[in-house]
Amino acid sequence: MSFKIASSPHHHNRRSTASLMQLVAIACIPGIAVQAVFFGYGVLVQLVLAIATAWLAEAMILSLRHKAIRPRLMDHSALVTAVLLAVAIPPFAPWWLIVIGTAFAIIMVKQLYGGLGHNLFNPAMAAYVMLLISFPVQMTQWLPPLPLQSVTISPLDAICTIFTQFSCGGFSLSQMQLSVDGITLATPLDTLRTDLAQGLTLTESWQSPVYLSFAGSGWLWVNLAYLAGGLFLLQQKVITWRIPVAVLASLFVLTMLSWLASPDAFASPLFHLFSGGTMLAAFFIATDPVSASTTDRGRLWYGALIGLLIYLIRSFGGYPDAVAFAVLLANMCVPLIDYYTRPRTYGHKAKGATK
Amino acid sequence: MSLFKELTLQGLWKNNPGLVQLLGLCPLLAVTNTVINALGLGLATLLVLLGSNIVVSSIRSHVPNEIRIPIFVMIIATFVTAVQLLMNAFTFGLYQSLGIFIPLIVTNCAIIGRAEAFASKNAVLPSALDALMMGLGFLLVLLVLGALREILGQGSLFAGADLLLGSWASGLHLQLFQSDSHFLLAILPPGAFIGMGLLIALKNSIDQHYASKKVVNKGDIARARVTGSPQ
Repeated sequence: MSFKIASSPHHHNRRSTASLMQLVAIACIPGIAVQAVFFGYGVLVQLVLAIATAWLAEAMILSLRHKAIRPRLMDHSALVTAVLLAVAIPPFAPWWLIVIGTAFAIIMVKQLYGGLGHNLFNPAMAAYVMLLISFPVQMTQWLPPLPLQSVTISPLDAICTIFTQFSCGGFSLSQMQLSVDGITLATPLDTLRTDLAQGLTLTESWQSPVYLSFAGSGWLWVNLAYLAGGLFLLQQKVITWRIPVAVLASLFVLTMLSWLASPDAFASPLFHLFSGGTMLAAFFIATDPVSASTTDRGRLWYGALIGLLIYLIRSFGGYPDAVAFAVLLANMCVPLIDYYTRPRTYGHKAKGATK
Repeated sequence: MSLFKELTLQGLWKNNPGLVQLLGLCPLLAVTNTVINALGLGLATLLVLLGSNIVVSSIRSHVPNEIRIPIFVMIIATFVTAVQLLMNAFTFGLYQSLGIFIPLIVTNCAIIGRAEAFASKNAVLPSALDALMMGLGFLLVLLVLGALREILGQGSLFAGADLLLGSWASGLHLQLFQSDSHFLLAILPPGAFIGMGLLIALKNSIDQHYASKKVVNKGDIARARVTGSPQ
């Protein structure tokens, strides 16, 4: 009998990057489906455009770098980046927006840093921020959710609108943005921000039809669907519980405190948890294995920092939603967090322990 | 003649202040949002560099080594003030659009760098030549970056040429394509950083391309010597 000496890890899991990324993409499906139902089929067109651009950009830059193209395209990491960006932007945004964004994510944020595993920032979120500061108008044109839409939008209209900015029936995007009442509706977070800035109290702002359920019509269901997808990822052990729980807990505690202190000036914790991109951020974006913290304690700090930044920017900052900024700022802190939360190596004493 | 060639090559390519020495990045990144702004600042820097190099070189034997830096700075500041007043008088629109970056030429390290590294050790003629070539190299980088950012950001070239060149130049304005929304990233500072990085990468890859050609030739000779004659 041979006595083999091998170094750790001794227990192997047959999972590859490709299968992990595939599971992440699959877990997005319920969220995408709900988004397509409530906010129009534009998101599906955006997905196709994003994935095609991501693959093209990845193949192009890999051939420039003299790397094997096929194995790296097949690891599906570009696919996940494309999916995350496509669901984050408004579904009826013009086609060049998602093309520019995805190309930027893959070329600038991922490949110029050295490809998968080397990028400092989450590519999808860096591209989202780039688009938001470059094209603020196109990046905030969300349609009202299905129950409030004044114009019925067919799947074909999605294609027409994305490529020509007019639906096949000849409605412009700003006409489609009108609700049944003839008012242009922004997202619930945006409406809340504008109203609070105008000196209205929360109860007064609450009269707007955009908040049909407690987190805003449509948005609640989108967030619940992403929560379900995230729980699936947890169950499959693709992600660990630490980052999502830390994000949601810190956001919940902070919003709860400010809501209890001043219920007229701050939205309720449930509104914050189930509106905007909170669930998508907590389960799909913050858990990116490359740009997130890698130690167990570090992941708690990293998640809590994202929750804190989302709360701060949403409540006091200049933008209605804050997921992308929060994730990027937390990405910057990751090297520091990892440095201070290094786990004790077996056989060594913990830092600062008495000798 | 070889001195002329060497200084030209150093200033424009090998030791380019913008791409290789990475000096004067603050104005380089801040004002290159249009070609004309870049041209205005590039010319102003070139004039100051030329003046300061000539003066520093001609008084180099009288300047005590211990206090040379304050003296260089005062000489540079004199020329910057002169250029600033000239621009205020003759190109007022451009003067306003460049704003604080004209007085800030004083702190441009490319200028004090040339005074310290070259003009204080060389005769007047080579110093003037060095200033001219370094200034031209800086101006070229500014122009390329300005053109890149103006085309990407606004789809135009030479917008506001009349600010620098007089009213006849407003005909130079070229609108390459029309779009409802400007690509703000290219106009904002992050676009300058990204564009600058890409320019440096391009220069390095051109250098590498030529270097690799040379190395291949040397390698052939070396291998022939090591392995001896083929069987």
